[in-house]
Amino acid sequence: MSATLVDDLRRALTPDRVRTDATELTLYGRDASNMTGRAVVVCFPLTTLEVQSCVLAARHHGVPFVARGSGTGLAGGAVPPDGALIIVLTKMNRVLSVDVPNRMAWVEPGVLNLDLSKQMAAHGLHFAPDPSSQQSCSIGGNVANNSGGPHCLAEGVTNGHILGLEMVLPSGDIITLGGPDAEPIGLDLRGVVVGSEGMLGVVTRVLVRLTPNPPAVKTMLLAFASTRAGAETVSAIIAAGVLPAALEMMDAPITRAVEAFAHAGFPTDAEAVLIVEVDGLPNAVADAVERVSEIGEAHGATSIRIAADTNERALIWKGRKSAFGAIAQIKPNYYLHDTVVPRAKLVQVLEEVYAIADRHNLLVMNVFHAGDGNLHPLLVFDKREPGVMEHVHQAGDEIVAASVAAGGVLSGEHGIGLEKREYMSMMFSPVDLDLQARLRDVFDPDHMSNSDKVLPSGSRCADIDSLAPGMWI
Amino acid sequence: MDLGLFAEAVGTTGPVSIVGLGTRGGQVPGYKVITAPSGILDYNPAEMTLRCGAGTPMAEVFDALKAAGQMVALAPGGTVGGALATAASDIRRLGRGPAREALLQARIVTADGLIAKAGGPTVKNVSGFDLCRLLVGSHGALGFFGDVILRTRPAPAESRWFAGSSDPDVVRGRLYRPAAVLWDGRTTWVCLEGHPADVADQAALVGLPEVEAPPTLPPYTWSVAMPDLRRVIADAMAPAVAEFGVGAVHASVPQPARPVDPAVFELHRSLAATFDPTGRLNPGRFPLLLDTVTT
Repeated sequence: MSATLVDDLRRALTPDRVRTDATELTLYGRDASNMTGRAVVVCFPLTTLEVQSCVLAARHHGVPFVARGSGTGLAGGAVPPDGALIIVLTKMNRVLSVDVPNRMAWVEPGVLNLDLSKQMAAHGLHFAPDPSSQQSCSIGGNVANNSGGPHCLAEGVTNGHILGLEMVLPSGDIITLGGPDAEPIGLDLRGVVVGSEGMLGVVTRVLVRLTPNPPAVKTMLLAFASTRAGAETVSAIIAAGVLPAALEMMDAPITRAVEAFAHAGFPTDAEAVLIVEVDGLPNAVADAVERVSEIGEAHGATSIRIAADTNERALIWKGRKSAFGAIAQIKPNYYLHDTVVPRAKLVQVLEEVYAIADRHNLLVMNVFHAGDGNLHPLLVFDKREPGVMEHVHQAGDEIVAASVAAGGVLSGEHGIGLEKREYMSMMFSPVDLDLQARLRDVFDPDHMSNSDKVLPSGSRCADIDSLAPGMWI
Repeated sequence: MDLGLFAEAVGTTGPVSIVGLGTRGGQVPGYKVITAPSGILDYNPAEMTLRCGAGTPMAEVFDALKAAGQMVALAPGGTVGGALATAASDIRRLGRGPAREALLQARIVTADGLIAKAGGPTVKNVSGFDLCRLLVGSHGALGFFGDVILRTRPAPAESRWFAGSSDPDVVRGRLYRPAAVLWDGRTTWVCLEGHPADVADQAALVGLPEVEAPPTLPPYTWSVAMPDLRRVIADAMAPAVAEFGVGAVHASVPQPARPVDPAVFELHRSLAATFDPTGRLNPGRFPLLLDTVTT
């Protein structure tokens, strides 16, 4: 079967862009999670019509498919279902058109996040979502995962920055959803395709909203003698009506690791460090810097530093965004979690995270989007140690459970993928999950498109009609 | 009202219509009428979230927000549920964001009479499909809003309107993120929000005199591609006001039927069939299915 599938694909694309060799299958069998899958063929389309050909060939041969970009996802969202066709979109990487007065651009999904902002710099514009992986993650991946990043505190996550998209449905139909107008006709299908982790079809073009570069930016580093003082400062800043562009927190272990790696001048004697960035017009920025300083001092900040220039600012962000590279110096493996809790619960949940790691004899480091309450506990370990993986998974389960129990959610920006699929029922009832499953069935009734992600098995409840009205289940 | 009672009222059979304050179309005439629970359930400004019954008047929400120096990206008037169901954004949408960004979590009652949750309670959440996006602007067709959690934001220290005969694109090009840029073919209105000194500096850049308020808007809102705004204003038979940077035109007549791709039409038909197979929720209000032409 796969031989004829491959023949069909080679006719539709060109033979060199349809690969079945073991190296490619292994390479594209994984993403940045620690999960792998076994695909049968990898395709590299260049156009929407070629993507359509891939989807139609997969349908014709009854083979599931998964679209992917750079594979920087951490939840296994791009790991292929067994026997799948992989549609790699990295060669579709052109910025197709830019409308500067209306601050939008049509781009192909393979354009890299940071490349887009660099290309828009000449117009004084940028793409606001800025995941730590922004040097290598693609816009298509951002759309699939509704990606975040430090600057999503003020600007919001990817969904708010996608005006429209073109996609190939699992049926093979090519449609455009959303567009350059306020309320495109019908339901906001664009909004639900964003973040759907490739399960509703393959996005082939994206109309992105571009954000003007701020005229003034100040980046501050505040050091604290306890994580509690740092976390309480975060809540106090938001409560005071200051909404920074970014509000990040790093605990002592990660601060030391990052400083040894990036030499950005992070205070290594602090128990908690806040990176606070404020941007906008000059008076608002000056005012916010003053208020953040006052709040920091009132909460016992041991030092407050304001980056003197662009270089110093860039160095701080380089340190923050290379945090996950820095930990490689400590242990060879890490497992990164991504839950969100109400800001008021940050201290409580952080303390639980430390206790959980202690119980499992694991090292945990925390570097996270504190302003959003988006925790990123990083369990650091050496997988060659016998029995360690069991503890890593058990600790992860407990961290997710503690976050949900505190009124939080399973994922803030990494997505559900394969990793958190079975956690979904912690947060959603069978009725809730049934609605999500119905949505998927409308787009992909035959479950062809990355179908083993997000929804736990048995999400579609056939017998739900028999329940009494208003019943909680 | 308890959400369970609301679900009982919706029931499992027979057509039902939901109504708030009747400011956005009101009930579908001739059917059993339902009202959603009303009242603010929980408001914590430091979390920037507010939980309330969908039947809560927007005025009540705005009063609570104002007392805490916050705002929400929804249009004033009517109820919260009505604003969400019709995706009613504020005229300062360019600066404050669209209505669809305001909804974090919704508990709805489905056509099966069941209570279902979409989204999550925190300001950031990518757990599962974002059904909230589907619900905002759905006119109750997929389920009736019971209670919701809204995203709130700090309100700007100052909000002032300016107007004059300058070109709207030129005005917008000179300003850093104005909250609104409106144009009726002759006059440009600009809303500037933020620190008073910044508002004054920005106003000086464009040299427009201050006005009391934005223009009175004609009753119908059209959705128009941003590059087409000038043409639509030029072609309008009666006074119309465009929102630059947003892609909307406020006009005195309803927007003509817009063409729809057959595959997009089919997705809507299929959503209607799966979420409300007997078409009992707000009959005849399912977006796109009735008043469009397929190409």
